[in-house]
Amino acid sequence: MPDQQTPPREPLRPGAGPEGTSAHLARLETRPSFTERNRRIGERIVEGLIFGIAGMSIIFIFLIFYFTFREAAPIFFGSGKTVETAAVMDDYRLPGEKPEADTSSAAASGDTSEVYNPDSGAPPALPGDSAAAPAVKKKDAATGSPKGDTSSGSEVYNPESGAPPALPADSTPAPASAATAEQTAKTNDSNSRLIVGNDYPILDRETPIKLSYLYYHNWQPNSDHPRYGIFPILVGTLKTTLIALLIAAPLSILAALYTAFFAPKRLRETLKPIIEILAGFPSVVVGFFCLMTVASLVQTLFGIDYRLNAFVGGIGLALAVIPIIYTISDDALRAVPGSLREAALAIGASEWQAAYQVMLPAATPGIFAALLLGLGRAFGETMIALMATGNAGTFSWNFFEPVRTFAATIGAEMGEVQHGSPHYQILFLLGVILFIFSFAINLVTEFYVKQRLIKKFRGAE
Amino acid sequence: MREHRKSFIGFLAMRLPMLATLLIILTIVLIIGDFFFAGIGHVTWEFLTQPPRNANTEGGILPAIIGTAELVLLMSLAAVPVGTITAIYLTEYARQTSIFARIIRFAVNTLAGVPSVVFGLFGLGFFIQTVGGQMDQVRWDQRMKSLHAVIAAPASPVAGNHIATVALVQTYLQKADNGDWTDQATKLNGFPRGTVARVNADIVERYFRNSVELNWGKPGLIWAALTLALLTLPVVIVSVEESLRTVPRDIREASLALGATKLETIIKVVIPNSLTGILTGSILAIGRGAGEVAPILFTGVVYSAQEGPHALTDQFMHLGYHLYILATQSTNVEATQPLQYATTLVLLVLTLALNLSAILLRSHIRRRQVA
Amino acid sequence: MAKEEYQTKIRSQDLSLFYGEKQALRNISLDMYANKVTAFIGPSGCGKSTFIRTLNRMNDLIAGVKITGSAFIDGIDVYGPGINVVNLRKRVGMVFQKSNPFPKSIYENIAYGPKVNGITKKSDLDDIVETSLRGAALWNEVSDRLHSSALALSGGQQQRVCIARAIAVNPEILLMDEPCSALDPISTMKIEELICELKANYTIVIVTHNMQQAARVSDYTAFFYIGELVEFGQTKNIFTKPVKTQTEDYITGRFG
Repeated sequence: MPDQQTPPREPLRPGAGPEGTSAHLARLETRPSFTERNRRIGERIVEGLIFGIAGMSIIFIFLIFYFTFREAAPIFFGSGKTVETAAVMDDYRLPGEKPEADTSSAAASGDTSEVYNPDSGAPPALPGDSAAAPAVKKKDAATGSPKGDTSSGSEVYNPESGAPPALPADSTPAPASAATAEQTAKTNDSNSRLIVGNDYPILDRETPIKLSYLYYHNWQPNSDHPRYGIFPILVGTLKTTLIALLIAAPLSILAALYTAFFAPKRLRETLKPIIEILAGFPSVVVGFFCLMTVASLVQTLFGIDYRLNAFVGGIGLALAVIPIIYTISDDALRAVPGSLREAALAIGASEWQAAYQVMLPAATPGIFAALLLGLGRAFGETMIALMATGNAGTFSWNFFEPVRTFAATIGAEMGEVQHGSPHYQILFLLGVILFIFSFAINLVTEFYVKQRLIKKFRGAE
Repeated sequence: MREHRKSFIGFLAMRLPMLATLLIILTIVLIIGDFFFAGIGHVTWEFLTQPPRNANTEGGILPAIIGTAELVLLMSLAAVPVGTITAIYLTEYARQTSIFARIIRFAVNTLAGVPSVVFGLFGLGFFIQTVGGQMDQVRWDQRMKSLHAVIAAPASPVAGNHIATVALVQTYLQKADNGDWTDQATKLNGFPRGTVARVNADIVERYFRNSVELNWGKPGLIWAALTLALLTLPVVIVSVEESLRTVPRDIREASLALGATKLETIIKVVIPNSLTGILTGSILAIGRGAGEVAPILFTGVVYSAQEGPHALTDQFMHLGYHLYILATQSTNVEATQPLQYATTLVLLVLTLALNLSAILLRSHIRRRQVA
Repeated sequence: MAKEEYQTKIRSQDLSLFYGEKQALRNISLDMYANKVTAFIGPSGCGKSTFIRTLNRMNDLIAGVKITGSAFIDGIDVYGPGINVVNLRKRVGMVFQKSNPFPKSIYENIAYGPKVNGITKKSDLDDIVETSLRGAALWNEVSDRLHSSALALSGGQQQRVCIARAIAVNPEILLMDEPCSALDPISTMKIEELICELKANYTIVIVTHNMQQAARVSDYTAFFYIGELVEFGQTKNIFTKPVKTQTEDYITGRFG
């Protein structure tokens, strides 16, 4: 502690000489030694928690992949899931009791999955539909179409209602006895070995799925002899994504050029938030806008048969993608050093030449990243695709025919499938594809684009 | 001639960007104007305060408003703290060269890029089937233990090695423990081989064990909210991080120089100074969450309800899903068109108001940064 | 007074500091005496600010900084093993170049340090706030608006709030990093008066690029040039008969 010696100067303020100061500060008299260790266990724990919580994002990525993949895994690794559900089923007989019907077929065939009958008494561990299952099944059986298909009344082309309405009695939703279930299983078992039509194996709804069932042109998962060919959806997704990017990319890059270089300074700061409002529109609202307004407009302009089609869906997706491409491109363009532009102008380039020939190339990696992220969004957008594309599972390259996308398929059909059924697994497989696709896009932007960006600017400066 | 062509290209090159911008802005105005004029006449007091009637073809959207509000509130309760803490780690603790921080950033970017419907699948596979399913299983195992005691009791018709009909067991269960087991007795009506079948204690128990009662393991408000929280997490992180970075370094140093620890500095100086940023992040997340339908499609939303959800496990109505249902699934799409436009307007006004306030708050923060 | 003249409070010994590859301080060795004002002068970027930030280990916060050598306070090496940096900073207060009050009330600004030191009683805090503000010659100006924002004060007042905030935790040493660089002459004068008054209770180390200021307030002066300590001695000697030509050049303004 400093000495109490009165300094040679007189205090400037009455009543608050250094003595007074010292006396009050004496409350802090016991100064902590800075060699003493403070454990601060509480703080350590809190900091550990912060560290842990920060790491949760990483864990979530793993969890998302694991749990999406896990549900789709039986497609790759055999029918573990269906066997499991079958094991839950039980005919609850006394040890010595003779079964009423012949049980040997199911037991002997070894294909236990076919014993599984969702309508019999004990519901399997299935989210929320122990009561709803029969009703759903009834609806499917009656219309042979998922709920997403009837979106706009008669105008929608519906491939599944056109499909042979194979409606055998075995799918009646009445609580079937164990006996009928087994008989059904037996019939289907023999049927599934027949090959008819366009080579597609005749499946039963409970037949475990194989990867080879996917390489076909028919997506009719709700039919009684379902077909899981994913090519129509793949082509549908590619078509809508392509249209979306073809519309959104030029528009948003040009708009970014305008706000970054050409617009008057004050206008520039207002335009950006306005365009970003588009990102705030809920996708279901954009979907509804396409369904009502854009679809009518397109039909009047082009005079096409189908009101909802890939083109309308593409416009909707473009609306969702524009703010993404615009914002990132705008940031990339603004990040280009202004000295480049001045250099170009100084050697006699005009304003537009400087923008297009110097600034735009300098910002390419950023714009490329913008396009990639836009692509990812268009590929995985659900509600707009669900409402505006017509959702037809047919194979076609025509841009004005109804299509169905990966995301929309999941959105439309997931709510009504039996937990653990082949259809359920395949929807999760589509989810895995979407996840891997978005992950890959992110990898590319993270490693390729950022590296190039860094390189480019190091070269430029 | 060449000069002419060149100036024409220049003219185009200067005008096209402006036209593109104009086109985008006109589309925005068209969307807002379309829904405003088509919807405003139908947004009545009754519409906002009544539940839907007559299979969603009449009445209002009150349960959907309540459901959406409860959903986004629960969601922000989960997303805001986790997002804020992650942002704090990234700005305050992580060194620039830290690999861990780099992986976190990559994970956050990935999370932001995952299609929303995949979040829905994840919610179904993880929250509902795994977490909820486990919770139910644990609870059910507890219940089964007491059921075992009841079934093995001497008064039970299947006590010991006795064999009785299902109907007998049912009557016994109805009276057992003062009616504690009536619900389970009713369940025996669904016994696969009918109530006349003869069973022993083992079979009865097996039957019950296989019919787990679902409470948490089915779609519900909490799971939908958690799924959405995951989806909006990157929004919160990015926004909070941005605002944390605007807190000047010298006031951090001032606090540390006074002998405050790092954590004290963060809690007492850094966070109070970025409250606006945290608020902006929350609002943006809520705006985003309120409009997302895909992730809740199979994690908790329902077609129609008379009231908002009362419990965490209740299913709920949602504005966006309601619009989707009305526009594409309704039995009479034409007749509900006024309802569709009115619902859209409500949803649009809600999300736009949230987004606008976030934009204003954010520009406020940026001004502070400049000053 | 003469007896205390050479009571060493801070001793730096062969202290070097690197920002990554770049060496910012080269083997600095000097003593700073208790209850004296030591001023550091030198051109911008010569390492004087960096040096005083090593004394309360504020450079620890900057990524990529490596320090060799020792800095002793009361004979204890602050870079030695088992040093509690937080407690060290409680005993070595710091006033920064740009006034940096927390965006809170004046009262909250001053009370912040005592609060993190565990003083929670309102009456104690009131006392500390008053004495610290008096100590910083600010009490008369702000006593009627203790609870208004510190950011509403003038630059000079803000800087004195920062000084009051630093002395509120009762440190032994006050490090001042160009405390008047952003202030007008009148505020500067007030702060200089304050420094002279504070040295009765504290060991003060001040960085300044204003040589008149160093001459006015300090007892000892050290001249830094490109990371090296060129000359150190009693202020009157440095300014009247510098030993090194570099020092002389700088003082007489003949410096590039």
